[in-house]
Amino acid sequence: MDWQTFWLTMRLAVLVTAVLVMIGIPIAYWIAYSRWRWKFLAEAIVALPIVLPPTVLGFYVLLALGSHSPLGRWWQTVTGHTLAFTFTGLVIGSVIYSLPFAVQPFAASFALVDPKLLAASATLGASKLRTFVQVVLPLSMPGLVTGVALSFAHTMGEFGVVLMVGGNIPGVTRTLSIDIYDQFEAFNFAAANQTALVLLAISFAALCLVYGTNRKLWTLWPWK
Amino acid sequence: MQTDEQIVIARTKAISHSLCGRVTKRLPGTDREFTLDVDFTISPGITILLGASGAGKTTLLDCMAGLAIPDSGRIEVGKRVFFDSDRRINLPVPDRRIGYVFQDLALFPHLTTAGNIAYGLTGLERSGQRHLIDAILESFRISHVRGRKPGEISGGERQRVALARALVIDPCLLLLDEPMAALDARTKSKIIDDLRVWNREHRIPILYVTHSREEVFALGERVILLENGRIIAQGTPHAVMTAPRQETIAQLAGFENIVEAVAIAAHEDRGTMTCRIGGSSVVLETPLVRAEVGSALCIGIRAGDILLATSRPQGLSARNIIPGRVVSLEQRDVIVSVRVDCGVEMEVHLTLAARDALQLQPGSEVWLIVKTHSCHLMTC
Repeated sequence: MDWQTFWLTMRLAVLVTAVLVMIGIPIAYWIAYSRWRWKFLAEAIVALPIVLPPTVLGFYVLLALGSHSPLGRWWQTVTGHTLAFTFTGLVIGSVIYSLPFAVQPFAASFALVDPKLLAASATLGASKLRTFVQVVLPLSMPGLVTGVALSFAHTMGEFGVVLMVGGNIPGVTRTLSIDIYDQFEAFNFAAANQTALVLLAISFAALCLVYGTNRKLWTLWPWK
Repeated sequence: MQTDEQIVIARTKAISHSLCGRVTKRLPGTDREFTLDVDFTISPGITILLGASGAGKTTLLDCMAGLAIPDSGRIEVGKRVFFDSDRRINLPVPDRRIGYVFQDLALFPHLTTAGNIAYGLTGLERSGQRHLIDAILESFRISHVRGRKPGEISGGERQRVALARALVIDPCLLLLDEPMAALDARTKSKIIDDLRVWNREHRIPILYVTHSREEVFALGERVILLENGRIIAQGTPHAVMTAPRQETIAQLAGFENIVEAVAIAAHEDRGTMTCRIGGSSVVLETPLVRAEVGSALCIGIRAGDILLATSRPQGLSARNIIPGRVVSLEQRDVIVSVRVDCGVEMEVHLTLAARDALQLQPGSEVWLIVKTHSCHLMTC
């Protein structure tokens, strides 16, 4: 087992999950409560990574991060190097790829909170923000746990996007799933098996957490 | 720097104000459009908002609370303007400071009793908060469940928690949307007593929505009758519920006969009371209620609950057997409505077969038979 790769993958998954919690909660809030008529467009965009081949997603992310895109050029002038084939680039690609796995359970659980509780909170003088923090979030715990566990597990095991965006640079962008592929290519079946077992165990543990926390939410997900 | 005591005193020194509302709101419906169009003033004390379901009761409350926005009108409590379409004022819900107890209570399931009650208390020091919570827990007799969550306490206790949570913020208006629908009469009347005691000190307008006729007489000082989004009657329960000519009222009341009476004796041991119908010598035995001997009451009797006999029946368990004379008979579909004069006029419903078998005519001498428990006592 390549521990450098293991810790890099862990670091990536934890970081991506943290970013997803930070941006996923506001997006999910908006999806759950907005009455905008074109909301379905945003929902469709968020859900795209579920159905899109990782290579397609990775390809476009790479284009967006590369030195020919405005974003890539801006990043280059600020930091002096490109985003493509860096750990930061990998984080950005993974966040986009795992977005629906965080946003959908979040939004589903926010929408399940009884609107009467929100009305009661307002009549008791609470602002929308306070209502969200003190009523909606605590009552959405199962959905939050589901979103966090799924994002973490999904990022741990991703392959296509990582390969497209990050390349395969040891210690920088090489993750466990790519490591397995390398070992397999080199007929190193024992090592591949060992790494694969670790990923299997982590995924199984994450799903146990999800199902154990709330079965009801799972039935609503991902196409509620 | 204020002490806790001063904070508590300052908060309880509410000046009582009336609620004035003039509201129109159109609700587009799938099968029919509904328009709420009302104009009313509610003084401090309990006012019942009565109406069939779909009459617009909840919509009206939501407009008061700001949860629904009227198309036009003006809502104010004392000098505080909540809504004014002319001046484009719409005070946000959190700034209105009203108590709203929802039909399903809407207690926060993840918070304890104390947590629910503390929710609306912000901007207060911890000790001041604790003081207020202790006081309201005490006055609504729920101190023993302060650490428990809504799912772990009884329906009556949940009801009290919801009331306490709405009242602890010292609201200038209390809205109750059929809050007691699920409770038994005993628990209900106890809670209402506590609410009355609370309001003796605070004197705020309380708008109590119900479609239960019994509740109207049990607790209202005033009644507003809503039908199809419009106010069709308002006044004291007695005046509104006994006012003639209004079909709806009779329907809502469900009592074709409502008579004024005086309690002349209470039989605690037997659970009954003797009442004399006002302006007559007719005496009725009724169930015991908490009313002092000599006090005025209203007795409601459904026309279908009265039996008619052409001779004085013997060996009957019913306690009220009253002689009278048929005034008129009127056939309504398959029911015959008989008006009988027995000192007061009573309406009795019979089947067609019963009328034919008894050969009733105007002028026939009859006996009215009413079971004790068919007499529903109400405060006028």
